Amino acid sequence: MKDKIAENILLLIAFSAILSLLLITFFIFQQGIPLIFKTGLHNFFSISWSPTKGGFGILSMIIGSLMVTAGALVVGIPFGLACAVFLAEFSSPTIQKTLKPIIELLAGIPSVVYGFIGIVILVPFIRETFGGPGFSVLAASIILGIMILPTIVSISYDSLLAVPNTYREGSYALGATKWQTVRMLLLHAARSGIVAGIILGMGRAIGETMAVIMIAGNALKIPGSLLDSVRTLTSTIALELGYAAGDHRAALFACGSILFIIIIILNIVAIRVTGRK
Amino acid sequence: MIKVAIQNLNLFYDTVQALKNISLDIQNNEIFGVIGPANSGKSSLLRAINRLYEIDYARMTGRILLDGEDIFNLPVNDLRRRVGLIFATPVVLPGSVYKNISYGPKLHNTFKKNELDERVSTALHAANLWDEVKDRLWDSASTLSGGQQQRLCIARTLAMDPEVIMMDEPCSGLDPVSTTKIEATMLELKKQYTFILVTNNTKQAARIADRTAFFLSGELIEVDISKTIFTSPRDQRTDDYIRGRFG
Repeated sequence: MKDKIAENILLLIAFSAILSLLLITFFIFQQGIPLIFKTGLHNFFSISWSPTKGGFGILSMIIGSLMVTAGALVVGIPFGLACAVFLAEFSSPTIQKTLKPIIELLAGIPSVVYGFIGIVILVPFIRETFGGPGFSVLAASIILGIMILPTIVSISYDSLLAVPNTYREGSYALGATKWQTVRMLLLHAARSGIVAGIILGMGRAIGETMAVIMIAGNALKIPGSLLDSVRTLTSTIALELGYAAGDHRAALFACGSILFIIIIILNIVAIRVTGRK
Repeated sequence: MIKVAIQNLNLFYDTVQALKNISLDIQNNEIFGVIGPANSGKSSLLRAINRLYEIDYARMTGRILLDGEDIFNLPVNDLRRRVGLIFATPVVLPGSVYKNISYGPKLHNTFKKNELDERVSTALHAANLWDEVKDRLWDSASTLSGGQQQRLCIARTLAMDPEVIMMDEPCSGLDPVSTTKIEATMLELKKQYTFILVTNNTKQAARIADRTAFFLSGELIEVDISKTIFTSPRDQRTDDYIRGRFG
């Protein structure tokens, strides 16, 4: 009897968690989607964003989001993979036990701190070295690249460790060097996990808001170079929601819907990739 | 002619001594059988010869000579190319049959596509596997049966152009038909290669090994022509083991 009650209470709590997810999803779409149809897909995916005058084109923000995400991957993938390979294959157990938690700690640093470091160090550095305003695609890419490192490192590391040791022995027994084994065998064998890590990192980069607002400059245009200022979907929502009303507010929810859809697609791809082992 | 000479070999895993003062000569083009119960040091012997023990953080003393040259004077990759090792459980690498066989050669050299094709086909023919897989070269190697996988591993070793082929209980997980096929393959190949065959199956050693060594607790008890070992061993312990009184 007591068991039954406990079971039902747990069930209720579990469902309320799922329910809140469903409610959020429903709310975002219910607020945002009607505006997309009201504006028309063609106008919605154009570059004219002047929400107070009824222009709701979000193309430059989509491109901005994609640019900083791609930039983050360019920075994050090589460093993340190199780090995972070093930890999993080239370092002693003691080093692994010390370094892995430290890298995972990177994920615990609040994003505003990343943004702050970006403003204080990276932005002036870019301005003085390469010119331009400093607040730029480049700055955002580098900071986001660092922010997604823990995701890429820990998932890639785990999937490298999951490669059976017999593969390594077999490869060494054929006369492979350690590096050949990594390059020709282990990265191949662990690739589903590595790809999943990268995709989850991508999700993190595209959804990041605070750090990006602080260092990307937020100018409303499609950036012409890496040194140009850029505005993402997330920063638009955060910057404008405070004073938005009516259709403007709905347009921000529409941005949210698009983000939501992108992230859901990324997660589904990640699950698919890891599932197919 | 002596192919592999082992002199006063000791091997330690941490504090455990796996091999105790082993001295052995292995002749060119023979099948050299190694028998003994579990933990007698048979596998350690193989892992010492191709220096695979190094990845287990084991420590070795003594000398091993390949064609009269100390194996520590050879680049380790070259040593392992010349001395192939086949494991008890077939180690099939992810990817196709073709990719498995070409993996070894690609490690040591760059090949043109047709040269590589040639190597793959020669190796598969030599391992008596060609007819069974010629239409499945691009299928995943893990779809092959256990016996086929083990012959795939033999082919993969052959593709590297080795001189010595070491086998660590290659038939322990296989059915009698697959075992017969592998034994037939070895008997054919021994014209060109030297085999060291570690086996738990004393009958297998009796069937195909030219000479056989009996190991017990890391010591070499005796080594002789297989016929002598299996009919009139000098040491009582060998006799007991062969007759199944222990181990």
